[in-house]
Amino acid sequence: MLGRSLREVSAALKQGQITPTELCQKCLSLIKKTKFLNAYITVSEEVALKQAEESEKRYKNGQSLGDLDGIPIAVKDNFSTSGIETTCASNMLKGYIPPYNATVVQKLLDQGALLMGKTNLDEFAMGSGSTDGVFGPVKNPWSYSKQYREKRKQNPHSENEDSDWLITGGSSGGSAAAVSAFTCYAALGSDTGGSTRNPAAHCGLVGFKPSYGLVSRHGLIPLVNSMDVPGILTRCVDDAAIVLGALAGPDPRDSTTVHEPINKPFMLPSLADVSKLCIGIPKFQFCILTFCYKEYLVPELSSEVQSLWSKAADLFESEGAKVIEVSLPHTSYSIVCYHVLCTSEVASNMARFDGLQYGHRCDIDVSTEAMYAATRREGFNDVVRGRILSGNFFLLKENYENYFVKAQKVRRLIANDFVNAFNSGVDVLLTPTTLSEAVPYLEFIKEDNRTRSAQDDIFTQAVNMAGLPAVSIPVALSNQGLPIGLQFIGRAFCDQQLLTVAKWFEKQVQFPVIQLQELMDDCSAVLENEKLASVSLKQ
Amino acid sequence: MAAPMLRWGCRGRRWAFARVDGGSCHRRGAPTGSTSNQIRGESSVAQQPLHTAQKTRKGEHKWAAVVGLEIHAQISSNSKLFSGSQVRFSAPPNSLVSFFDASLPGTLPVLNRRCVEAAVMTGLALNCHINKKSLFDRKHYFYADLPAGYQITQQRLPIAVNGSLIYGVCAGKKQSQVIPKTVRIKQIQLEQDSGKSLHDNLRSQTLIDLNRAEGQLRVDANISVHHPGEPLGVRTEVKNLNSIRFLAKAIDYEIQRQINELENGGEILNETRSFHHKLGCTMSMRDKEGKQDYRFMPEPNLPPLVLYDATSLPAGADPQQVINIDQIRETLPELPSVTREKLVQQYGMLLEHSFTLLNEVGLLEFFQNVIKETRAEPKKVTSWVLNTFLGYLKQQNLAVSESPVTPSALAELLDLLDSRTISSSAAKQVFEELWKREGKTPGQIVSEKQLELMQDQGALEQLCHSVMEAHPQVVMDVKNRNPRAINKLIGLVRKATQSRADPVMIKEILEKKLSL
Repeated sequence: MLGRSLREVSAALKQGQITPTELCQKCLSLIKKTKFLNAYITVSEEVALKQAEESEKRYKNGQSLGDLDGIPIAVKDNFSTSGIETTCASNMLKGYIPPYNATVVQKLLDQGALLMGKTNLDEFAMGSGSTDGVFGPVKNPWSYSKQYREKRKQNPHSENEDSDWLITGGSSGGSAAAVSAFTCYAALGSDTGGSTRNPAAHCGLVGFKPSYGLVSRHGLIPLVNSMDVPGILTRCVDDAAIVLGALAGPDPRDSTTVHEPINKPFMLPSLADVSKLCIGIPKFQFCILTFCYKEYLVPELSSEVQSLWSKAADLFESEGAKVIEVSLPHTSYSIVCYHVLCTSEVASNMARFDGLQYGHRCDIDVSTEAMYAATRREGFNDVVRGRILSGNFFLLKENYENYFVKAQKVRRLIANDFVNAFNSGVDVLLTPTTLSEAVPYLEFIKEDNRTRSAQDDIFTQAVNMAGLPAVSIPVALSNQGLPIGLQFIGRAFCDQQLLTVAKWFEKQVQFPVIQLQELMDDCSAVLENEKLASVSLKQ
Repeated sequence: MAAPMLRWGCRGRRWAFARVDGGSCHRRGAPTGSTSNQIRGESSVAQQPLHTAQKTRKGEHKWAAVVGLEIHAQISSNSKLFSGSQVRFSAPPNSLVSFFDASLPGTLPVLNRRCVEAAVMTGLALNCHINKKSLFDRKHYFYADLPAGYQITQQRLPIAVNGSLIYGVCAGKKQSQVIPKTVRIKQIQLEQDSGKSLHDNLRSQTLIDLNRAEGQLRVDANISVHHPGEPLGVRTEVKNLNSIRFLAKAIDYEIQRQINELENGGEILNETRSFHHKLGCTMSMRDKEGKQDYRFMPEPNLPPLVLYDATSLPAGADPQQVINIDQIRETLPELPSVTREKLVQQYGMLLEHSFTLLNEVGLLEFFQNVIKETRAEPKKVTSWVLNTFLGYLKQQNLAVSESPVTPSALAELLDLLDSRTISSSAAKQVFEELWKREGKTPGQIVSEKQLELMQDQGALEQLCHSVMEAHPQVVMDVKNRNPRAINKLIGLVRKATQSRADPVMIKEILEKKLSL
């Protein structure tokens, strides 16, 4: 039951094959078993069980609220949840319990979804590995998959398994791990430069970033207001569409949401024929690689990703779609431009964390200023403090024109590149999501957060600059037995069209299900051992 | 927090920056600087001094002063500029604070339509150009009563620019002449207000009130002096002036201080000063943070504010979703300058009286209602409303709406006076009775107190006769051409009539009897 898609389990609930409480308990039990993945910061067991009970009553009375009623979901810990601690994986917000729900959370609850817990992330979503949060890194469930382990056994050089676990990608790695390990059917992430799509690609999931303005940001603790969007992580495209259907629409509390009427329910047609489609293949990547990083790092697109990308293009072409190469000349500046805009907004957004009203406050009370300084030093990690420092530098009166204003202009050029591509008749763009499959944690932390983010956001970041919808779809397993994703980018507010194409593609590639049986067994063993240990301690 | 700000600035002489705040508050010792930078940049175009302080010593140049004002005015709205929480005067501290006002993480500003309309209306009333597109910016500084660490304002592209206001300055020997002047307004901007800090120095702690709904007007004055024809002097900023009287005092003091400083070989520092109202002087606030860089940045959570007029209004636009400048213009009430002109023309009123009538809330309406109901001359009505009526109100610190005397009652009283039923002094007495709120009409009071003028010529003659007989010495004085003596006789007669006789009539009778 846990391995099913959201749509399937929804049908099972409606038919009474399983009750919401049973489903909830199964997920809670799996969350406990997979605790070592560190996917969840807070497990809201009581809340979820109570919600399940209410859902069960509705089903009994034939008053189901819809497809999401009784469905376990998880929410990234940078969305405000009323009465449930919301930390952003930072010391700064440890113990902070918001008095309100983010609009997206409220909408899911209004549809009857069960909130299983709050998922792990990089501190304030600043990172691409889910390794830089105060609660520790998230482990990729694929590290424990049958597919990956079998490949590793074939490799004589493989190191100690325990220390060789893989990162999930990030910053929504907790949400990705939670869905990937079957502890819930969908999870909310956030996506500012690729934070939903990147972990989706590494964890073999569908990671959807809606058009900016389609889904409310109210209650999402911001990274970059002008680029943040709530993201959706699911095991298939149809599930993402169901969740999007529940979330999309204008919110009076978020003035940047648009008042376009949304087609509801968000049903995706099954595309029988792609011959009328035009797929654009950007030729921008190598430009990025050689231009921006030639001096200190040359990230390379893995040959496997390159090859899968070509095959995907061929697949569309062979099915009759028009496949053309498109030029996005300014996307090569995207990462540099993003650095200026992101850090500037971060400097501004983080200003409210001063220890006065909520969150962490240091013991120093010599003066208000000394208290601010110590609170912020203790509350934020190096990555956050570094971005605040850079951002304030870019916003100084003497630097504003040279950095911030220029970056804004470049952002416009990047957005225009996409407009031009779509105006030339392209329906969706096809790119890789990441340079390679997930890497082991020990490998990942050899580079610092900034370098990693710059590298890992290469294919995803420009989309946020332009506010476009994009989705990462798992395509195949690498030689190492790890998932690889490809990204589709659509026209602004053509989210439904984008997902329709993605759904067709998903059906063609038949991505394998993660085989975690071994993990579950191991976990049970681990869990039992832990119990024994605690028992013996008491004795 | 969410306070709309209107900034007006005058090109040239004077800068007026008005902030219209949805909820407002004061800070003490708040960082300063950015607005001053703007003001300074613009005030360099000043052409003629507003204040000219003259030094009469020989060989000395004259000094000219340049003054710019940043006016923070609270918008009269039910809720705050960027949040749904209410604005209410003297509500308990922190009782009207939304999650946004408290800057809880994840909350977003939502612009209050009423505040935008008020800003547009203010802009129109001040002859401003209304920008069809305006933008919001964040202004950053750390302060305990600024919970977000930044304030949302309109620095780059404000809602209205380039306006002017005609006002009157009293001049002449008795300050009775009003000279019209024009002040140029640079810009009007919507701005969120900060909270209010209450410093408890005894316990060395500060309490913060995020209601932000007090202090409806607050002015920062930027002042410099220079010799005419020479570049403008270094400017100081006197912060947080909350009454017109203190504003005037602070400006006068600061001009003189700067002149004295410069003439004694000193220099003026570009600094922030506060006005000490007990000592009547300005003092440096000695902000330790030095030069503040507010790191302005566009507010990413508020799209550009777009306004429409009749020509640009999209067809089929939902009136709830758009703001139409022309529609607001239609609802604009008659502006005070027009009303004043009408009063002068229609009633032959002095310009200064027209200013007084308009400066007191409700007074003009009261005046017009009296005029409607009375036969008395407009000049008489003006005099009674501005002297007697307004005098009583001021004395008891009442608003026009709280007056115990209705326009009808005053009109009736003035009719009695006009028909010479009562004397002026009896009228004053009746007015005093009316003020006691005993529910009696002027007519009832007059008859109860027997205040009618004696109309019986014979009886009055008889009385005069008796008084003359009783005071032979005074009669002698009159005959000896002592000019005051006749008045004394008149007084004595009036007293005998309990002030019910018309002094003019008494005088006529006495003169006849004394054969003067």
